[in-house]
Amino acid sequence: MDPLGWGEIIARVLWQFLPVWVSLVALFAISIAFKRRLGLYGKLFDSTIGMIGFALVMFWVFTGIYAGLFDMIATHDPLGQVSGMKNKGPGTPLQGAGEADYGWYLLGGDNLARDVFSRMVTGSWVVVQIAPLATLFAFMVGITLGLPAGFYGGRLDTFLSFLANLILAFPVILLFYLLVTPEIVATGVPNYMATVLFVFPLIFMAVLLNSRFHTKPGFRTPLLIAVLGVMGWLYLSLISEAGSKVAVLPRALDLFDIPGGILVVFVSVVFVNSPTVFRIVRGLAMDIKTRDYVAAAQTRGEGPWYIMLWEILPNARGPLIVDFCLRIGYTTILLGTLGFFGLGLPPESPDWGSTINEGRKLLSIYLHPALPPALALLSLVLGLNLLADGLREESLKD
Amino acid sequence: MGLFILRRVWVMVLTALCLTFVVFFLTNLYPNLEKLAKTQGNMRMTDEEVARWLDNRGYGAPILSKYGQWLGVWPGWTHETERGVTGRCIDGLATPEQAAGAPRFCGVIQGDWGYSTVFRDEVSGIVGTRLGLTGKLMLWVLVLMVPAALAVGVLAGMREGSATDRTLSTFSIATTATPEYVSGVIFIAIFASSAVGLKWFKGTATSAMEDANFENFFLPVLTIALYGMGYIARMTRASMTEVMTAQYVRTARLKGVSFPNIVMKHALRNALIAPFTVIMLQFPWLLNGVVIVETLFNYKGFGWTLVQAAGNNDIELLLAVSVVSVIVVLVTQLISDIGYVYLNPRIRIS
Repeated sequence: MDPLGWGEIIARVLWQFLPVWVSLVALFAISIAFKRRLGLYGKLFDSTIGMIGFALVMFWVFTGIYAGLFDMIATHDPLGQVSGMKNKGPGTPLQGAGEADYGWYLLGGDNLARDVFSRMVTGSWVVVQIAPLATLFAFMVGITLGLPAGFYGGRLDTFLSFLANLILAFPVILLFYLLVTPEIVATGVPNYMATVLFVFPLIFMAVLLNSRFHTKPGFRTPLLIAVLGVMGWLYLSLISEAGSKVAVLPRALDLFDIPGGILVVFVSVVFVNSPTVFRIVRGLAMDIKTRDYVAAAQTRGEGPWYIMLWEILPNARGPLIVDFCLRIGYTTILLGTLGFFGLGLPPESPDWGSTINEGRKLLSIYLHPALPPALALLSLVLGLNLLADGLREESLKD
Repeated sequence: MGLFILRRVWVMVLTALCLTFVVFFLTNLYPNLEKLAKTQGNMRMTDEEVARWLDNRGYGAPILSKYGQWLGVWPGWTHETERGVTGRCIDGLATPEQAAGAPRFCGVIQGDWGYSTVFRDEVSGIVGTRLGLTGKLMLWVLVLMVPAALAVGVLAGMREGSATDRTLSTFSIATTATPEYVSGVIFIAIFASSAVGLKWFKGTATSAMEDANFENFFLPVLTIALYGMGYIARMTRASMTEVMTAQYVRTARLKGVSFPNIVMKHALRNALIAPFTVIMLQFPWLLNGVVIVETLFNYKGFGWTLVQAAGNNDIELLLAVSVVSVIVVLVTQLISDIGYVYLNPRIRIS
């Protein structure tokens, strides 16, 4: 077979993404058709910037899901090495290809003769899995601590703010190096941190539901038991890992195991992000607690936690949603940084940071291994930033 | 004002103490010490030999005592053998008489930052030279970044919603979305690689350590500056649009003052207060960028030292590095607070 020309490479790459295009078109058609009934999400489709951002983000989300769960878009095994394909340029035909194999390395082969295109596509799954979830956890921690700090003020605020500033004064990369090296992982420090950090969503849900329904114990108690039971089980499955320091759950009850390194990466990203969220929530709480509706709720005799979670928090949602989008982008950058320094994730992992790190070593001769993941990361983060910008504009309109 | 600064300095010292203790604790966990012993001594040491190696060098003491020794508030360790005395405050092997004459305390307070196990040199000397190199990099980053960011922000915020505003705002969003390791890789690919063939700049900045010129120093400077620029530009734009809708600008316009005059004489000064704070608070981020860029371009400055020290568990060097970065972060916060008060008369009066 002959090597492909650039036109044909582009056409074939676009064709590989076919399921993504179909899903994107379907999503946009449905959303635009019903946009008046979809609240803030629907309003997003009034702003061009927001739509472009949303399209970029959803492109990578769909790519991640199709490649990670259904094994669709990638042309080859992201870890498979084919002899004779080392550092070959884009469009090189596969040597010794069988009937079932895809005939070309669309974007070339990397230093270890793996397919660059498949690695980039599979790498999006790592990001799509970790970044939003880690950001969500960071928000849970930040909200659960930031609301009381802003609402009560005083000693509690001073202490928590000092802690937050302490973490923020740490250079992020030094923190990563201190937390993610194998020696530290062996001592179990990240596992203990996971145990502490991941308890916050439970506290959050418990307080949220209890403050709302504590006047109706007949409804609250079963609800709390059900919600906390499910979340507690998930929590225990998440933190307990066979062979590590925290193995509280017997193997039979353990729902899922997080593959080695991912949990550590997850913990450090949550840890780095939460102080900033804390500061934002604290500022918002301090601002909103002076409003009249808070005073009204106090006069009604509502408890402090009800006011914080059901009066202040819903009214702070605009800035928080915008910051959530921005922060997913920042988390993606942090994940890339971790990969770039070869920390946490296994070296053969297809995530973008590790791939860039590997590709940069031969950058002056071969461009094709490093550029696709770099551009992929750039487009995803750009999409998230544009999305946040669009959301901000639309939420300010009313 | 004096009291305010005094309180901030106190918080700063407290933060530095807490942070160094955390670093100290994490670097002194036993697996880390074991790795240190094996890389410094012999890879094939048995567990007992490792324990003896660590004891002989004072690593075996309880963590608080070791931290006190590093700080200089606890007497330094000594170890006596039949051949002589070794100790924290003693150079090499000494006779008992010499050891008795050596100072008892030698830590940071006494000005002794310790010894780097990776570079086999005094920590203070290493940090000094590396900081100098990074200072040079940062200086040029600021020279490039601050005027460019302010210009972009002012131009965009001058006429809100115009085509210039749209273009420049999109540009600043794009720069904030491009982390250093992405833009650096793209720049090297386009401007330095032999594959594209432009070869305008060099892909490494190693030679820039002695002799920095445009060819070998521009790409790292640009890479750091670009990432920080977008954020400052957006803040400048926000503050500029706010000022442009203020009453006094409208009055000036109704008086018939020309548009360039309004921007230069009436709006600009007030619009630049907020960005000043943002620029100062950008320093911690720049520090991060420095680590990535120095690794990418192989420029052996402070960030590169951090990576080397952290990768090899060089305890005393890491501690010094974290002290320096904490001081940088907190001092810039202090300057930004004080500067804000001085620039903004409304706050000074109230």
